[in-house]
Parts: sequence; structure tokens; C-alpha cells
Amino acid sequence: MTRETWTNLAALAVLAGVPLWAYVADEPFIITLATRAAIFALAGVGLNLALGLGGLVSLGHAAFFGIGGYAMGILASHAQAYAPLAEWPFLIEGTKSMPVIWLVAVVASALAALAIGALSLRTSGVYFIMITLAFGQMIYYFAISWPAYGGEDGLSIYVRNGFPGLNTLDPIQFFGLCFAVLCAVLVLMWLVQNSAFGLALSAARQNETRVLSVGMVPYRLRLVAFVISGAITGLAGALFADLNRFVSPTMLSWQMSGEIMIFIIIGGVGRLFGPVIGAMVFILLEHTLGGLSEFWHVYLGALLLGIVLFAKGGVIGAIAGREKAHD
Amino acid sequence: MTEVVLRTERLFKSFGALKATNGVSLDLRKGEIHALIGPNGAGKSTLIQQITGHLASDSGAVELMGTPLTGLGPAQRAQLGLGRTFQISALAMEHTVLQNVVLGALGQRGTVMRFFAPVMKDKSLLAAAHEALAQVGLSDFASTRTADLSHGQRRQLEVAVALTLKPKVFLMDEPMAGLGLEGAQQMIALLTELRKAAPILLIEHDMDAVFALADRISVLVYGEIIATGTPEEIKVNPEIRRAYLGDEVPA
Repeated sequence: MTRETWTNLAALAVLAGVPLWAYVADEPFIITLATRAAIFALAGVGLNLALGLGGLVSLGHAAFFGIGGYAMGILASHAQAYAPLAEWPFLIEGTKSMPVIWLVAVVASALAALAIGALSLRTSGVYFIMITLAFGQMIYYFAISWPAYGGEDGLSIYVRNGFPGLNTLDPIQFFGLCFAVLCAVLVLMWLVQNSAFGLALSAARQNETRVLSVGMVPYRLRLVAFVISGAITGLAGALFADLNRFVSPTMLSWQMSGEIMIFIIIGGVGRLFGPVIGAMVFILLEHTLGGLSEFWHVYLGALLLGIVLFAKGGVIGAIAGREKAHD
Repeated sequence: MTEVVLRTERLFKSFGALKATNGVSLDLRKGEIHALIGPNGAGKSTLIQQITGHLASDSGAVELMGTPLTGLGPAQRAQLGLGRTFQISALAMEHTVLQNVVLGALGQRGTVMRFFAPVMKDKSLLAAAHEALAQVGLSDFASTRTADLSHGQRRQLEVAVALTLKPKVFLMDEPMAGLGLEGAQQMIALLTELRKAAPILLIEHDMDAVFALADRISVLVYGEIIATGTPEEIKVNPEIRRAYLGDEVPA
């Protein structure tokens, strides 16, 4: 096994081990922190497909994170108020069931990514960054000014949604659920990276002309990647809203987009486990430095500068070196 | 008369007042190497880009085996059988040599939207890829990172990727550019073999190579073809001596 594989396994062991220890030591807050890390990691894994493999620097992924969050908030708020979402043309009721909420979150954020991607991917480089940011801000302000679902104040849910066979109110069980989703998506991403699609998407990042001249259309590859990417980040959003039992426009803000990108940069752009390690480091810093000073973002900024200037491969790059060419 | 594989019919392309391509009609016949020569700025690269679909023509037509390519993009034209190599290598530099050729084989098969099966374990793609690498003599470098190849090897890899497309026509934009004497000799030997697979439209500045390889030569000056003929005819054409070759013609 390569050093990168060992690093990845170690990251997973820490992410699973810390909450288990916290469970034994009766420290539920630590379990919540680990759950947060797992969910952030999932959001980052989503963005990493577009950013790392596809080279699409999206500064609007909070849109999908927030849409996933609102999918949960809207469905659950209707369910807890016993008020259907729509009665015509057919009855649509709210739900407190996680699998249904996840499905809605994934479909809604995939559709949003399809619309945003179809337009944004006609541009590239700095224009792409700006146009994804602009779409993100549009949705953010829409959420703020839409009073039906809390507007600026957001939506609170009294009781966490349910998953068949689990007591999701128990922190360790909810963590286990989020961790399992993360692992499943990581396996999926690992397959995608090594698939025909992954090879072509990565080649389109490196040399668009090459991909065109072997008869493939880069736009199509990127759009598909963007949709899958948005859908995964949307799923993470639904879990994040459920963790907090609260969703607000903050989840849609451009700072959120930036944070998701930061996870990837810290861990290693394009590395399968980059966002996982990045999210863990981020939560650790937020918890430890945040206790020292409320201006802990200064230290985060310094860390980012250091990584961008001196260790472009992030944590994984520093430990495992240049990515091995797979064959 | 031998079968015409690729034909351009009165192609035009202007950039503002500059007529980059001014009514170019040429054809490429089965089994031949047709070289396109001309001074810098004559419009050779523009013409190639019009043929491959990277540039839209103002008017005129390109036909591949009698099928008009009008309105098709570069990806579709590649699928129909235009295999192109570039003046400046266009390769996925972070990928291995093998990955680059597998990408070509994948493009030829047209099944890129496969998300789960590991592409580098696909036997038929690998077979096609290794065959192409063997043809250009890069078999020993299959697992080398492309960025670590020498300049000459990258040129060979370009040809290998074009080969995996099983093209009906090769369009080669200065395959000898930047190659040393030995590299150029190897490339000449390779192209001599390749013409059996598909005819080659060759843009080249290396006149030794052109006269060694070409069955016919067309001379492009200011976007117009001023002469087409066998190397012998071109060598003795006084107009071409003046316009392009200079007085000292290579033997």
C-alpha cells in the first residue's frame, strides 16, 4: 500500500475513533464536533470532484449545500406543522424521514447544479469563479427575502428527523449514520476517479484540446461532473441542517463556499481524502484556536497562506508526496 | 483515378481585412502523403483548424469520404475519423503515457460516460493502447509520466494517440518541429509506415522531410494554393523558387 493509502486509513480511523472515545468518556459535544467534521468532509468531497478532478473552481457550492439544507428544513417544517406543501395538482406532504429528505436534497441540488453549470461552464477561469459566486449570491438573497421559510431568521426543527432502525437523537448513532454516508460516497468517488469518465474529466482539466481531438466534448464532461458534485454537496447540506436542527441563509453564504474550498486546499486538491483531512483540521482549529481567541480566522488565514505558498499538495501532499499516476 | 479521402472545396476564412484562407481547394488521396508548405503566415495552421472544425469557415466545404463536415465541431469530426497531431504537444501531462493513449482508445470507442468500471483495467482499451505505443516505439515508457518524456517522445506519443482513433485521415501540424536529426529520421520512418493505415496531410517546415516523404506537395502563399504537384514538379517551378524555396533547392 502507498503512503497515501495509509494516510487515508489513518484519517478514517481518527475520524471514527475520536467519537467512540468521546462516547465512552461521555463527552457528547466532541461527538457533535466529529459529526460536523464528517458532514463538512462530505461537502468537500462533492466540491473536490469539480475542483480537484475537473479543475472547475466553483465559488458557489454553498448554493447546493444550502439547497440541501432547505430541502430538509422545508420538508420537516411542513411535517411538524401538519401542513402539506401543496394540495394541487396532487397532495405533497412534509416528511420527517431522512431517506426521503436525502433523495429530495440530492435531486434538488442536482437540478440546481444542472441549471447553474449549463450557463457557468460556457465560461472558464476567473469568469467561471465569478459567475458561480454570482449564482450563489442570487440564491442567498432569495432565501433572505422569502418570508415563507423564515427569511433571514431561518427555520428551526424541533426534533431531528428519523432514520429507520436508528435513534438519530443519540449523538453517536447520528454520527455513525453520517460517517457511513461519507464512507459510501468516498467509495463512489474512488470508483469515479478511476473510471473512463474520471480519466476524461481529468484530461480535460489538463488539456482541453487533447480531449476535443479524441472526439470528446469537455463541456459535457464538466457539466456531468458539476451535477454530481452539486448533488453530493447538497446531501451534505441536508445532514448539516439535521445536525443543527436548523437551517438559515448562512448555509448559502459565499463564506460557506469559501470554507468548503478551504477544506480541500488544507487536505490536498484532487486527493480522494483531501477534504476529509481538511475538514478534520478545520474543526480542530476552530475548536482549539476558537477557544483562545474569537479572531481565530487570522491563524486559519496564516495556515492557508503557508499551504498555498509552500505545500501546494496540502496535508496529504506533504505526507505522501506527488500523486502517483494510476495505471 | 485514386480514391479521394479528404477534400476541401473553395474554403475561405478572413480575419478582418486579412484573407487567411482564400479559396483553398485540395484533396488527399488514399495511401498518399500530401505536404502543405508555405512561408510563415501563409495560413497553413488556419487551414488545418478549418478542416478539424476548431475554426468555422466563412464559406466552402470540407468532405471526408464524400460526407460533408459542415457544422460539425472538432469532437464530432474526430469521431468521424480526423486524427490530428499538434504543432505544440497537446497531451495530458500529469497522466502516464499509457493513460494518454487509453484516452484516445476511449474516444474511438465512444463510451466515456462510464462511471464505475476501472478504465485502466479495460482489456480492449489496453490492447488498442499498447498496440499504438508499440507502433511508435514507446512501449517501454508506458508507465512514465508524460511530463517526464523528452520532446521527441512527446511527438511520438501524439502520433500514438492519433493512431488509437483509427483515423481515416491524419492531419499533422509540424510533427518534426524541434526534433533533432536522429528524431526527424525516426519520425520520417514512422510516417512512411503510417501512410499505409491512412493518408497524411502534412504541414512541415523541414524541407528534407517534405521531399523525402511527400507524394504530392501544395504550396500555400497568402492563403492561396499557388501550385500542387509532385516533389519534382515543385522543385523546378520557378514561381515557387521565387516565392518560397529560395534559389538553393534541396537536392
